[in-house]
Amino acid sequence: MSLTLLNVIFAVVVAIAFAAANAAYLVWAERRGAARIQRRPGPNINGPFGLLQPPLDGIKLMAKQLIIPGGADKVLFIAAPVLAMYPAIMSFVTIPFSDTIVAHNINVGILMIFAFASTGSMSLIFAGWSSRNKYSMMSAVRAVSQSVAYEIPMLITTITVVMIAGSMDLMEIVHQQSRSILHWNIFPLLGNSHNILMPASFLIFFICTLAETNRAPFDLGEAESELVAGFHTEYGSMGFGLFFMGEYANIVIGACMTTILFLGGWSCPFGLFPGVWWFLLKLYLLIATFIWIRWTFPRTTIYGLLNLSWKILIPLSLVNLLLTAGLIKVF
Amino acid sequence: MVTYFKDIYSGLVSLFIGMEVTFKEFFKPTVTVQYPYETLTMTERYRGHVELIENDEGKPNCIVCGLCQRACPSACITLAGVKPEGEKKKVLTKYILDFTRCSLCGSCVESCNFNALEFSKEYNLASTRREDFIFDLLQRLEDRNK
Ligand code: SF4
Ligand code: SF4
Repeated sequence: MSLTLLNVIFAVVVAIAFAAANAAYLVWAERRGAARIQRRPGPNINGPFGLLQPPLDGIKLMAKQLIIPGGADKVLFIAAPVLAMYPAIMSFVTIPFSDTIVAHNINVGILMIFAFASTGSMSLIFAGWSSRNKYSMMSAVRAVSQSVAYEIPMLITTITVVMIAGSMDLMEIVHQQSRSILHWNIFPLLGNSHNILMPASFLIFFICTLAETNRAPFDLGEAESELVAGFHTEYGSMGFGLFFMGEYANIVIGACMTTILFLGGWSCPFGLFPGVWWFLLKLYLLIATFIWIRWTFPRTTIYGLLNLSWKILIPLSLVNLLLTAGLIKVF
Repeated sequence: MVTYFKDIYSGLVSLFIGMEVTFKEFFKPTVTVQYPYETLTMTERYRGHVELIENDEGKPNCIVCGLCQRACPSACITLAGVKPEGEKKKVLTKYILDFTRCSLCGSCVESCNFNALEFSKEYNLASTRREDFIFDLLQRLEDRNK
């Protein structure tokens, strides 16, 4: 066995472990956070602060039988939850956590992550289609329109950042921002872009991340008040577990990308204690905001969701793209 | 065009106002009761199943007049008593309440003129067997005094 193959296996194992641990404990954080906002304690019985809740939930899910409904498309039905989890794990391989902590840096990292992320909605479509259930089907239809609508502004804002950095290499993008806190892409004028609309770009990207990960207020795919549980209505056991973990792993990827593209990755403000913890701090602050948003806003309607994207986010991100292009030409 | 940007602006502001509200709630103390680790005292007028009232000696106040049995619209109550030698009053020997049919109407409590019946504050009632809801109130009274 060659050394590179060993490296790859090591990287994938670490990526899976990181994704799974995050997924498990973000569920805990989500439940505790939701509870605090609703002024109740949340899971607090199993272990200190309820910290044993996620492994126990995992055991419970694994002990259950995976029931495949009659008339379902078996292959797609089983493939769907796996598809939900794998893009996130593959993306972890190329995300740089610091100068040295990156499994495999490739010079088109952004392209790779978006390529994998766009297959994520395939899992929703497969699940909805193969379940032979009208609610799941409706959910799959929504998932398609949602991912088409939100991938566009997301990619346009990403192109803006790529233009500023002149590279698709995630490492390079962070290096360009790490000169000082004012060079972070979120800050206007003094940053690399000289574009006053960069904070808006950040917001657009953040909103699209919420929508792409199917988080409330954009969780129309699940919409339990209308569609039972949407695409995972027919899933029990670890099939459901994988969807759940996939959602949280995708959140981590989304927050990682936001950190890298707009918040300077692992670069530290004012040169204080440089290291990977700055990346983790920004990452988990963003994730906390995800949770905070979920428990603040009610779910939008499907029209509201599509209007927001086509009428507001796409025009604004296009304006931003043109403005940035112009400013890069001028300076 | 102006309204377009105004809408975006006011929408965005309202989102931040909402987030401020939940942020403040996050740090407030919890308001829920951690049942079964904590319990609330039941309110004065709570109606649990009926219960016998005891006198100072720990014996039921009941004189076995049978009014409650007759007053009950659902025939929940079955009671019996004996008159021991040389005593004036009857002594209660059996008081069975079939709680599966009780509607908590209170007719029994109202009809009792001897201050022998009351509503209990019991609300922890759950079982998988029907028989668990046929209460022997005399037995419960003895158990209470143990
Ligand atoms: S409360 Fe009503 S139904 Fe219940 S035992 Fe008394 S009289 Fe009968
Ligand atoms: S009405 Fe009161 S005294 Fe009469 S039998 Fe019922 S409980 Fe006893």
